Amino acid sequence: MNMELQEKKAVIIKFAGDSGDGMQLTGGLFTSDTALSGSDLATFPDFPAEIRAPVGTLAGVSGFQLHFGSTEIFTPGDNFDVLVAMNAAALKVNIDYVNKGGTIIINEDGFDDKNLRLAKYPEGANPLDNGILSGFEIIKIPVTKLTREALKDVVLSTKEKDRCKNMFVLGFLLWRYNRNLDSTLSYLHAKFKKLPDIMAANEITLRTGYHFGETAEEFTSRFTVRPAPLEKGTYRSVMGNEAIVLGLITASQKSGLPLFYGSYPITPASNILQGLANHKHFGVKTFQAEDEIAAIGSAIGAAYGGNLAVTGTSGPGMALKGEAMGLALMLELPLVIINVQRGGPSTGLPTKTEQADLLQALYGRNGESPVPVIATKTPADCYETTIEACRIAVQHMTPVILLSDGYIANGAEPWKFPKAADIPEIKVGFASKKDSEEVFLPYKRDENLVREWAIPGAAGLTHRIGGLEKQADTGNVSYDPANHEYMVKIREAKVEKIADFIPPQQIESGAEKGKVLILGWGSTFGVCASVARRMLDEGCSVSHAHLRYLKPFPKNLGVLLSNFEKVIIPEINNGQLSKVIRDKFLTPAISYNKIMGMPIAHQELYDFVKSIY
Amino acid sequence: MTTLSSNGDGPIQLKAKDFATDQDVRWCPGCGDYSILKQVQSVFADLGKNRDNVVFVSGIGCSSRFPYYMETYGMHSIHGRAPAIAAGLKMANPGLDIWVITGDGDGLSIGGNHLLHAIRRNFNLKILLFNNQIYGLTKGQYSPTSEIHKKTVTTPMGSIDHPLNPLMFALGANSTFIGRTMDRDPKHLQEMIRRCDAHQGTTFLEIYQNCNIFNDGAFFTFTEKESKPEHTIILTHGQPLVFGHNQNMGIRLDGWKPVIVDLEKDGFSKDDLWIHDETDQVKAFILTKMFDDPSGENALPRPFGIFFQSARSCYEALLFEQIDEAKKAKPGFDLDKLIAGSQTWEIA
Repeated sequence: MNMELQEKKAVIIKFAGDSGDGMQLTGGLFTSDTALSGSDLATFPDFPAEIRAPVGTLAGVSGFQLHFGSTEIFTPGDNFDVLVAMNAAALKVNIDYVNKGGTIIINEDGFDDKNLRLAKYPEGANPLDNGILSGFEIIKIPVTKLTREALKDVVLSTKEKDRCKNMFVLGFLLWRYNRNLDSTLSYLHAKFKKLPDIMAANEITLRTGYHFGETAEEFTSRFTVRPAPLEKGTYRSVMGNEAIVLGLITASQKSGLPLFYGSYPITPASNILQGLANHKHFGVKTFQAEDEIAAIGSAIGAAYGGNLAVTGTSGPGMALKGEAMGLALMLELPLVIINVQRGGPSTGLPTKTEQADLLQALYGRNGESPVPVIATKTPADCYETTIEACRIAVQHMTPVILLSDGYIANGAEPWKFPKAADIPEIKVGFASKKDSEEVFLPYKRDENLVREWAIPGAAGLTHRIGGLEKQADTGNVSYDPANHEYMVKIREAKVEKIADFIPPQQIESGAEKGKVLILGWGSTFGVCASVARRMLDEGCSVSHAHLRYLKPFPKNLGVLLSNFEKVIIPEINNGQLSKVIRDKFLTPAISYNKIMGMPIAHQELYDFVKSIY
Repeated sequence: MTTLSSNGDGPIQLKAKDFATDQDVRWCPGCGDYSILKQVQSVFADLGKNRDNVVFVSGIGCSSRFPYYMETYGMHSIHGRAPAIAAGLKMANPGLDIWVITGDGDGLSIGGNHLLHAIRRNFNLKILLFNNQIYGLTKGQYSPTSEIHKKTVTTPMGSIDHPLNPLMFALGANSTFIGRTMDRDPKHLQEMIRRCDAHQGTTFLEIYQNCNIFNDGAFFTFTEKESKPEHTIILTHGQPLVFGHNQNMGIRLDGWKPVIVDLEKDGFSKDDLWIHDETDQVKAFILTKMFDDPSGENALPRPFGIFFQSARSCYEALLFEQIDEAKKAKPGFDLDKLIAGSQTWEIA
């Protein structure tokens, strides 16, 4: 049969199904293969907080969005070109976001009466034949039936066979986008090494899906996306939390400090703990503590003992850790606190993304309690930002808060990873007994206002530290009013001094001076970058700057802001960075806020910037 | 034992005063904490401890000021969290000799969760819980160990809060070492500190400590010489449970029920009595249940000493075993391999 190969510049696919349908795995495997094909890409997994919400319901729909292309890709995209709908609920939840003329791949077997009822389609209104799908290219496949048929000779229960149906879809898509099965098969072989029956069933179904594309006569085209003009080099695909794991181990190796990670399971930070637990061969100590407070408490103990101490959590856990963070800053011990933000307040939206913990990070402790705050902007950026958080902590003897979010944590992108040898060492030293000193002064500071790291076990340095206010130099308990004010100021000055050791703020795109500056932080990077580029292409005077350092700010930030007529700050919160920027620089920043537990879409930000341009 | 002096002039034997800091001790005059501090300092000197290797970690409360007065490493942390912090320190450096100082409010109220899990995991930590059955530092509120009906500033009509039994709690958490002693018996206190020091694992030592300002005499029945013989029983491994002014009373087990017998009148000899066995966890539970209000009729005497001890691997030892095992399983797995992951591709 004569098969046409159509070339596409970029494609956005949404995999949607029941949360038990394996859509995250399907999307993840298709993404891995897409990465290997050389496309640039961005992903957005979107799933319910319930592990298995009631089968077939609207609440149970799990989705995975992938945007890949032969040009630079910044975001997972707004609407999709292709929707895979495994059941009626998945179609209903997503149909409004399919581009006109887009393709909908439907598992016909997910549209029986029960599925339609659970998806709350009115009686007798089957979307497959009531016309609402006109205007789309519809590919109906009885996926469940074909999967069972393919596995009829395999000795597995029907339930186990049905679980393979995502492989059919994956096989079909790999065929449709002109790929081969190599990378997926090698994944399956590794994953199901100990379960040969399951492995065989998955492989048969995958191949069946692939061959279905070839042999079913209805398909006349396959699609191909050329590799993106990415910088030369060796790449891998990486997710945000995965990159944090790699960054922490790298920082440990580069500082020569054993890594200690104390944490308590919480979405979406748990897989940092899980990831590190698999790397004990690097001497990594992971400790699943009894609660969030013990998690940071154990990390403070480990920091006192001379480890590279880290704790990770999400917003509710940050709230619980507040008092202990205050202790860490009083003790002036190095500690990295990772907050993978999610929708709040309270339990909020555990599996949805938000940037609403910035003010909590900056101010969420009792007393005058300055803590450096830095934020990562993309999955791959987590690597470098994590190393930077560790560097600041150990070189400036301070707790450091690293902000990520659910979107970055679960998103994936191609990463041109560095060689270990090219990553600078993190210089760090412990205090030792000096002959010139009669008594050791634990709170004596160097020219950067940093005290020495004196760890128990060191000869001749016995001293006591604690949460009570300390006398300058000696660290003894002091209730002296003038000393308290002095210590408050010096702790603040110490953190501000870090600005001397961070790079000046760069402009990502656009000129140093102009009409509009889009100022972002965190996971809005992709949308800010793509909107700025689009408007620059249209000849607008727009620039984009993205903050990694939120406390202290880079020293040139004030001047940079003053070079623009308007500063727009897009955030997935109610305007938190805007408040800080207005407070610090009196800049009349214009907020663009979206608080729906979702990333900001490209088109909506573009429209907004246009509207005030 | 000896320790090396820091200026290299050979071994020196530290004295109790060498474990005292230059800070003024700020507990109220007459507080039971003074005795505990003194006994710890003198036992540490006797044991020839190296100050550089010792760390005291405490929470918040009167007892938690303890680290400021020990010329060792020390951290006065936050309320209730000392066991968690000490656990992290132990995992960072298992060679350190770490002592946790806590109180009935700090350890059993706000910090109950951490105490439970530290004990369960059996870190090699020595926990001294100063029990004075009152909140002292916040001025006289009742604590989780205060007796029922107790009138305090927050319980003007008397407490309706059922008191916690600390040793039963610790044993319930599968402690490998529980004991009880008192501030007013320096010799026993010293002996118990030595026993803690010798144990591998989390030791939980409850110390009855008099707060002479807010709860004076809470334990006098057990600590003063007039009433002590009738109301306390000193546990010694392998010895029968005897008490009384002339050691004339004993405890016999009737099934699982401890019964007081008068050795002079009831026709029992010492051979009929309960012989203390520190390794018997079931009997240790019965001992923890000997928790009667001493003013009650037929109240059982309150036991002091080591109730139970057993050997179990320490958490930190298992942690380092796993790390060694993982290192052996993946020799030569370097940072470059880690960063590259399992799948890479080239852009030329």
